[in-house]
Amino acid sequence: MKHVITALVQNQPGVLAHISGMFAARGFNIDSLVVGRTEDSELSRMTIVVVGDDTVLEQVRKQLGKVIPVVKVRDFTNTENVQRDLLLIRVHASAEKRPAVVDLVNLFRGRVADVARSSVVIELTGTEDKIEAFIDLVRPYGIRELARTGVIAMQRGGRK
Amino acid sequence: MAKTDGKKYKMKLDKGFVGACGGEIIQQMLVDHGVEVLFGFPGGALIPLFDVLYDSSIKLVITRHEQGAIHMAEGYARATGKTGVAIATSGPGATNLVTGLANAYLDSTPIVAITGQVRSNLIGNDAFQEADMTGISRPITKHNFLVGSVDELGRILTEAFHIASTGRPGPVLIDVPVDITINKLSAPADLTMRIPGYKPNVSGHVRQIQSAARVINASKRPLLYVGGGVIHSDATAELRSVQEKGRLPTTTTLMGLGTMDESDPLALQMVGMHGSAPANYAMQECDCLVAVGARFDDRVTGNLDTFAPGATVVHIDIDPTSISKVVKADVPVVGDAKTILAQMVEFIEPTDRTAWLEQIADWKKRYPLGYDSGGKYIKPQTIIEKLGELTDHNAIIATGVGQHQMWTAQFYGFRKPKQIITSGGLGTMGFGVPSAIGAQFACPGATVIDIDGDGSFSMTMGEIVTAVHHALPVKFIVMDNEYLGMVRQWQEMFFDKRYSGTVHPCPDFVKVVEGFGAKGIRVEDPARLTDALQELLDYNDGPAVLIVAVDPEENVYPMVPAGKSLHEMELGRLA
Repeated sequence: MKHVITALVQNQPGVLAHISGMFAARGFNIDSLVVGRTEDSELSRMTIVVVGDDTVLEQVRKQLGKVIPVVKVRDFTNTENVQRDLLLIRVHASAEKRPAVVDLVNLFRGRVADVARSSVVIELTGTEDKIEAFIDLVRPYGIRELARTGVIAMQRGGRK
Repeated sequence: MAKTDGKKYKMKLDKGFVGACGGEIIQQMLVDHGVEVLFGFPGGALIPLFDVLYDSSIKLVITRHEQGAIHMAEGYARATGKTGVAIATSGPGATNLVTGLANAYLDSTPIVAITGQVRSNLIGNDAFQEADMTGISRPITKHNFLVGSVDELGRILTEAFHIASTGRPGPVLIDVPVDITINKLSAPADLTMRIPGYKPNVSGHVRQIQSAARVINASKRPLLYVGGGVIHSDATAELRSVQEKGRLPTTTTLMGLGTMDESDPLALQMVGMHGSAPANYAMQECDCLVAVGARFDDRVTGNLDTFAPGATVVHIDIDPTSISKVVKADVPVVGDAKTILAQMVEFIEPTDRTAWLEQIADWKKRYPLGYDSGGKYIKPQTIIEKLGELTDHNAIIATGVGQHQMWTAQFYGFRKPKQIITSGGLGTMGFGVPSAIGAQFACPGATVIDIDGDGSFSMTMGEIVTAVHHALPVKFIVMDNEYLGMVRQWQEMFFDKRYSGTVHPCPDFVKVVEGFGAKGIRVEDPARLTDALQELLDYNDGPAVLIVAVDPEENVYPMVPAGKSLHEMELGRLA
């Protein structure tokens, strides 16, 4: 089972190393980890996708909370939330195949970010399912290169 | 304008520390935090700081090895509850602290370790005596800091002492680049802490406390399982009131020894791999297990699949990560033991549990801790029993790690908290000598004795020189069987006595310690043991070491073999 957790952490050198080191030492299975700035310059937001059951999830939450620069931990399991992942993917596309590929891009409401003689770089944002579905559909054309940011998430409704 | 009193540095800084250099700020803040003794070793990156310390009233104890320094700081902290402070230079000095940091981390000992670091602009360049100490110590410290500028030095020291000594205590490392100790502060320092993410939970939730009491009151076979957390929390009086009101049988972990008087009828002594049989049977047969300040370590539980099968588990602990980490807690109560036990006592009802108490008394009668005495060799257990009598069970006892440590836990008869100073979680051989020295610095008037094995003693015996320099009347007993005993026991029991790597020839320890400047005594004849112990206890002109040649193949019983359940102990002679 995949769970999304976010942590508000102090924006200090070494915090990312501290947290990823803790996950490694404890043997937690981390699917993705994204960290970036927030509206507060003192704080960063880290979004982590954990693979495991409820017992594992509880330990992850608590161990994160124990890390001193972590200010707040939120568990998105069983909440109404918005999740987005950003994909950049280079797909093989000669001039003849390009319209078919671009067609798929439009259907998924993505964008072509770069065009080269025999390939295109596509940019797509969406839920994990949407991203996975798109990758599946373009796979037959040939995937040259793929990069994903990992999931970030925010609760629906008013600011908590 | 601050007075220098003719000294090179200001020992009493102006408010805000304006004009002070980093070294002066460190000195001042150590004094402000009540630091009276600093254990450490100098080096290039520390020269400016040591220049300031030269004028300081803080006692500077220079050791033979930085590992000795940090174990001394640990012994100091465990004997008093105060934060121990160790200092080491950059590179190899700092890396020599690693074992002590890991040790303090696992046993939750409050330590502030200050390490020198190369110049700020050289960090990351593979400079001379550079080591990424914040990287290296991250998994084994509660928190660590790399000081970026002299402006934040005061705030960092404040945060470090706060983090080390509050909540679940632990080691905190501060890496200080040498230029920071020289730079001067131009604007007033702001010491306000900036750790919004650190809010240890002290008071328990009242409803959880009431739930816990309800479960205890309804139980027929309750058992209190008490760990080191009760000692950190100074909660022995509150524990006593809960025990007495509920008539609750109690077992302790190694780290919890001293939380109750072991001669009390409710006391079951230590539980676990080398715990007493009554404690282990009680653990397996109880219907309500109340863990207080303990973390269900694998040395205590044995096989988890069959651990305490019928028990409803109440877990009181200040660290939420310990709760339900190993054993699922039915009633978790997060908070400080002292506060929670004080609140809980009013909800505990005196309940008649005659059958359970009779069962426990029966186990204690049939399976007391014991050993076969007699024969030509001195038995290690006899040494400890006699020592207990001669010191009235009142001495501060440090140990190394191994068989001698387990016999000390079983036979000394601890009565008070902060009496046993031992390495539990990490099991660090060599802990005994320096931690005893640290405890003696902390408690100058007390009788402090390190009970050690020849293996552990050999690792850090050089620190006896440090004790000689300071004329400390600290005492050491070395149980010499010329084996690495605990591993030898496993090899005897499970590997056909193939003593691979465990034969441990020793030097003439008496000559060695006399060369150090300490008193050395050796005894082999059982008839002479009491006199030899008394001679050791009576010598107070400096450190004294008693080497006792013991039965080389004595084993620790009971023993729960790896993978077995607590009730599947090897009972040795009691079987």
